[in-house]
Amino acid sequence: MTAHTPAPHHHPDPAVLVDYAAGSLREPLALAVATHLWFCRACRDTVANAEAVGGALLAALPAAGDGDIGLAEVLALLDEPAAVAVAPRAPVAADIPGPLRHYVQGALPALPWRTTTKSLATVDLTTDVPGYRVRLLRIAAGAAMPRHTHRGTEVTVVLKGGYSDELGRFAPGDVAATDPAVAHQPMADADQDCYCLAVTDAPVRLVGWLGLLLNPFVRF
Amino acid sequence: MATASASAPSASPTQDDLAFWMAAIATRQDRAAFAALFRHFTPRLRAFLQRAGAAGAAADDVVQDVMLTVWRLASRYDPSRATVSTWVFTIARNRRIDQVRRERHPEVDPDDVELIDPADSAEQQVSAVQDEARIRNAMAGLPPEQAEILRRAYFDDLPHTAIAEQTGLPLGTVKSRIRLALARLRLTYDQP
Ligand SMILES: [Zn+2]
Repeated sequence: MTAHTPAPHHHPDPAVLVDYAAGSLREPLALAVATHLWFCRACRDTVANAEAVGGALLAALPAAGDGDIGLAEVLALLDEPAAVAVAPRAPVAADIPGPLRHYVQGALPALPWRTTTKSLATVDLTTDVPGYRVRLLRIAAGAAMPRHTHRGTEVTVVLKGGYSDELGRFAPGDVAATDPAVAHQPMADADQDCYCLAVTDAPVRLVGWLGLLLNPFVRF
Repeated sequence: MATASASAPSASPTQDDLAFWMAAIATRQDRAAFAALFRHFTPRLRAFLQRAGAAGAAADDVVQDVMLTVWRLASRYDPSRATVSTWVFTIARNRRIDQVRRERHPEVDPDDVELIDPADSAEQQVSAVQDEARIRNAMAGLPPEQAEILRRAYFDDLPHTAIAEQTGLPLGTVKSRIRLALARLRLTYDQP
């Protein structure tokens, strides 16, 4: 990743950027959006403007209650040290986008990868939000993922390398949201391993021969 | 002229007044400026939190927490990036997520040296401040059904998919109203 990484071509839906700015996305989906924003100046600017809409809406709200309610209490607390220290900036890991550094430490290749199939390894990230799985995927160079469908929606963001599937080519920063009905088969670029963030809101179901074989045992 | 000793509940402060108070807090921990900011924002913050379902005392707790965060992070406020109202909105949004849902709001740190294609500060300064003034003006002219969808999106803590379920509107209609509002406010940037 360098300043010369080309701008992404596949962006989140504008309505999802508004959800993110408004704060209504569950944390795993907000993480996928923030990871895209790391790569995408255009969507960062859109989110900044959508936050300005929030500021304008807040400023225009009719007042509820008097402005002096709680003032004396808060003034008395100003000199107290913060109960929770302001989070320090996470250490820089060159190939991990900023928003992910809260969840994983170290460089991408050195993470505790768990091998799932010959061509796929995963690292689970913990978000404590029930109903979502958040993982990093490493697809071996030139390999195809087993064809799979989802019971829910799967959102992936490429971190490094790239892949192609029925929907097109996906490079660093590109977002793909696949709906439950579509079976797709990503194929990693031949020249390097492909790393992605993947957020699913229900377990993935494999289809086809390999899927029949693996499905009862493998959750990925 | 903005004054930090604004104890009289006179006309609404301007964005310049708010920025003046923020600077006073950041540079010399000015309590009178903080009190003025508190009186301006807390009735609106309370309304904001009550709409998202935080009742009475719970809303007041989050309001206090937001204002303490404003005090503690005052030196991080950057007027070239956002107006005070927008900055306070993002703090309130994040505190609401933290206290009501017990979740984080993952974000990009605009100062991270590794950020891809960062904005340079001069062009950012021009765009952030001008855009906010323009957005405020344009919002007054939004058709009511678009304004209502935006109010629901920002105040009700519901993603657009849930707004569709709640209102009974088709998802496509909700999406298109949001897109139309974004286009009308000229919020979206060209995506390559
Ligand atoms: Zn984008």
